[in-house]
Amino acid sequence: MPPEQQTPPPQQQPEAAAHRSEAKPRWIERLHGLGPVIGLVLLCIAGTLLNSDFATVDNAMNVLTRTAFIGIIAVGMCFVIISGGIDLSVGSMAALIAGSVIMFINWAGPASGSPLLAVVMGAVLAIVLGAVFGLAHGLLITKGRIEPFIVTLGTLGIFRAYLTYFADGGALTLDNDLSDLYAPVYYASLAGIPVPVWVFVIVAIIGGVILNRTAYGRYVQAIGSNEQVARYAAVDVDRVKIMTYVLLGVCVGIATLLYVPRLGSASPTTGLLWELEAIAAVIVGGTALKGGAGSITGTVVGAILLSVISNILNLTSIISVYLNAAVQGFVIIIVAFLQRGRR
Amino acid sequence: MTSFTRRIALTAVAAAAFASLPALAAEKVNLGVSIPAATHSFMGGINYWANQAKKDLEKEHKDLKITIKTAANAPEQANQLQDLSTVTKINALVVFPFESAALTKPVAQVKAKGAYVTVVDRGLTDTSAQDAYVAGDNTAFGKIPAEYIVKTLGGKGNVVALRGIATTLDNERMDAFNAVLKGSPDIKLLDAKYANWNRDDAFKVTQDYLTRFKQIDAIWAADDDMAVGVLKAIAQAKRDDIKIVFGGAGAKDMVKTIMDGKDPRIGADVSYSPKFIYDAIKLTAEARLKGEKLPATTIIPSVLITKENAKDFYHPNSPF
Repeated sequence: MPPEQQTPPPQQQPEAAAHRSEAKPRWIERLHGLGPVIGLVLLCIAGTLLNSDFATVDNAMNVLTRTAFIGIIAVGMCFVIISGGIDLSVGSMAALIAGSVIMFINWAGPASGSPLLAVVMGAVLAIVLGAVFGLAHGLLITKGRIEPFIVTLGTLGIFRAYLTYFADGGALTLDNDLSDLYAPVYYASLAGIPVPVWVFVIVAIIGGVILNRTAYGRYVQAIGSNEQVARYAAVDVDRVKIMTYVLLGVCVGIATLLYVPRLGSASPTTGLLWELEAIAAVIVGGTALKGGAGSITGTVVGAILLSVISNILNLTSIISVYLNAAVQGFVIIIVAFLQRGRR
Repeated sequence: MTSFTRRIALTAVAAAAFASLPALAAEKVNLGVSIPAATHSFMGGINYWANQAKKDLEKEHKDLKITIKTAANAPEQANQLQDLSTVTKINALVVFPFESAALTKPVAQVKAKGAYVTVVDRGLTDTSAQDAYVAGDNTAFGKIPAEYIVKTLGGKGNVVALRGIATTLDNERMDAFNAVLKGSPDIKLLDAKYANWNRDDAFKVTQDYLTRFKQIDAIWAADDDMAVGVLKAIAQAKRDDIKIVFGGAGAKDMVKTIMDGKDPRIGADVSYSPKFIYDAIKLTAEARLKGEKLPATTIIPSVLITKENAKDFYHPNSPF
C-alpha cells in the first residue's frame, strides 16, 4: 500500500508524517476497517441461519473468551507489524511462559505458605517473563542487526524445546487446590462478561490509545512507513522498535496468565500455531504486512472473525470435517478481497 | 585415513555377513531408534520409554549400542534415517514412522544397506521394506470404547466423538467405533469433529457440542489428553447429562482416576501404552544379539482398563 493512501490519525503531527497526504475525504478513511466488519456480520448471519444456537449469549461469550488469548497477542503483534517487524515465536513463548508459571506456582504455593500470594506472583511472573523475552528479541533485532524473521524463528524453536524439556515431553499441571484458586481468572464473570473478555477489551483500548493518540504510536507508524526518513527526523528508531517487541511480550504474558487457569496445564502442544493466528488476525484486520499503517479495531475484529469461523464449523455438520481448513482459507481471502479497494 | 577406510570395509563386511549368514553369537548390535519428537503427551511417553529401553538394555548387554533420534516431521525423520545409516552405521533399526507412505522409501533404503528393520505402530505401505512389525491395536482402540458405551448406556442414548488428526490411524479407530454403533440403532452418534489430540482444541470443540446438543449421554474423547479439555468444558457449562467420558491410551492421571473411582463419568479407559516402543526395542535388540529374527507381526493388544485391572497400567514415572 503506497504511503499516500494511509489514514492519518486525527491530530497528525507533521514531524513524523511528512510523507502523508491529507487529500483523502473522511468517508473513505471510514471504509478502512469495514472489510473485516462486513465479513464478520455476514458470517454471523450465516451462523444464525445454520444453527439458532449460534446467536445465544452463551455461545457469543464462549467465542469471545476463546478469542481473548489470540486477540490480546494480536494487539501487541499489530505494533510489531506496523513498525515493519514480525514475531513468529509468540505461540512458543506463551507455552514456555505457561509452563514456567505453573512450575513457579507449584513451588511457591507450599514454600510461601500462601497459595493466593503464589498465584498472584505467578501472574506477575508471566508479564515479567514476556517483557524479558520481548526485550531479548528487540535487542537482537536492533543492536544485533538480525532480521526479525530469523531471530523469532530461532526463538520459536528455543522456547518450545525448553518447555518440552521442563515437562519431560509430557504436561506440566497445576496442583489441584492452587488450580481451584486460580480458576476464576478464566471462568468467572463480571457483570455477565467473562474476565478474559474484559481484559481483552482493556488491552485493545490501551493499544488503540497508544497507537493513535501518542507520539510513540506515530513513531511506530513512521518507522514502518520509511525507516530512513524516521531516522533523519531524529526518531530513536532502535528504542521504538525494542519497545514494540517488549509490548508484544507483555501482551503474550497477559494472554498466558489468562490461559493457564483454563486447563491448568501446559504441554508441548500449548499455543501451537498461535503466531499464525495472531498474524492472520492483524492482516485480516487491514494492517499491511510490510508495515506503515494499521488499526487496532481491525485487528480485534480480525481475531473475532477467525474464531467465529471455527465456531460455526463446529455447530454444523453440513461441511465435511476434512474441509474445515479450506473454509477458513476461503473466508480469509474473501475478507482480504473486500479490502482491496484501499490499495 | 587408512584406518578409516579399513573401518568402512570392516563394517561393510560385517553388514554383509549379517545380511547373509546366520550371525555369530555375541555379534555387536548397533541399534538405531527413530521416533517422533515429544510434541504431545503420548509422544512424550514414547520418548520416555525409548530412553528407558536404552538405559536398561545397554546396562544389560555390553555388545549393544543404542542411538535415539527424534524428528519433528516426516522429512526430518527421513534425513535422520539417512544419518543413522551412513554416519552411525546402524545394523538394526526400530522406527516409529511419522507417516506410512512418506517413510516407506527411506526405511527401505536403510534395509537395503543391510540393517534389520522393525517398524512400530504405523505400518509402511510396502511391507517388504521391513523385517518385523510391532503395533498397538487401533481397531480395538475404537471398538472397546464403543462396546463399553453401548453396554453402559443400555443401548440407548446420544454420543458425540472427538477425532485426532486426519490420519489412517485415526480413520481406523473411527471406523471400528462406528462399526460397533451400527449394531445399536438407538445409540445416535451426533457428530465427530477433529480436535487434533490437543487439550485446547478438545475444550473448544466440546464447548460447541454442548451449545449445539441439549442432551448428550456419552463423549468419546478418543485420547486421555483430549479428555482433560472435555471435562473442563463440561464443568464450565455446568452440564450433568453426560454420563460417560471415555478417553484412550491409558495416561497415568486417567488410570489413577479410575483406580481411585474419583469421577463417576470415568469408569474405564482403553490401553494403548507408549510402552510398546520399549517392547519393540527390547525384542529387536535381544533377537539380533542372538542372531535371530522376530515374527513378522507382533500386535500389542489394547484392552479395557477398569477399576479391577487399573494398577497393572499405572506407571507413575512416565510423563504420560
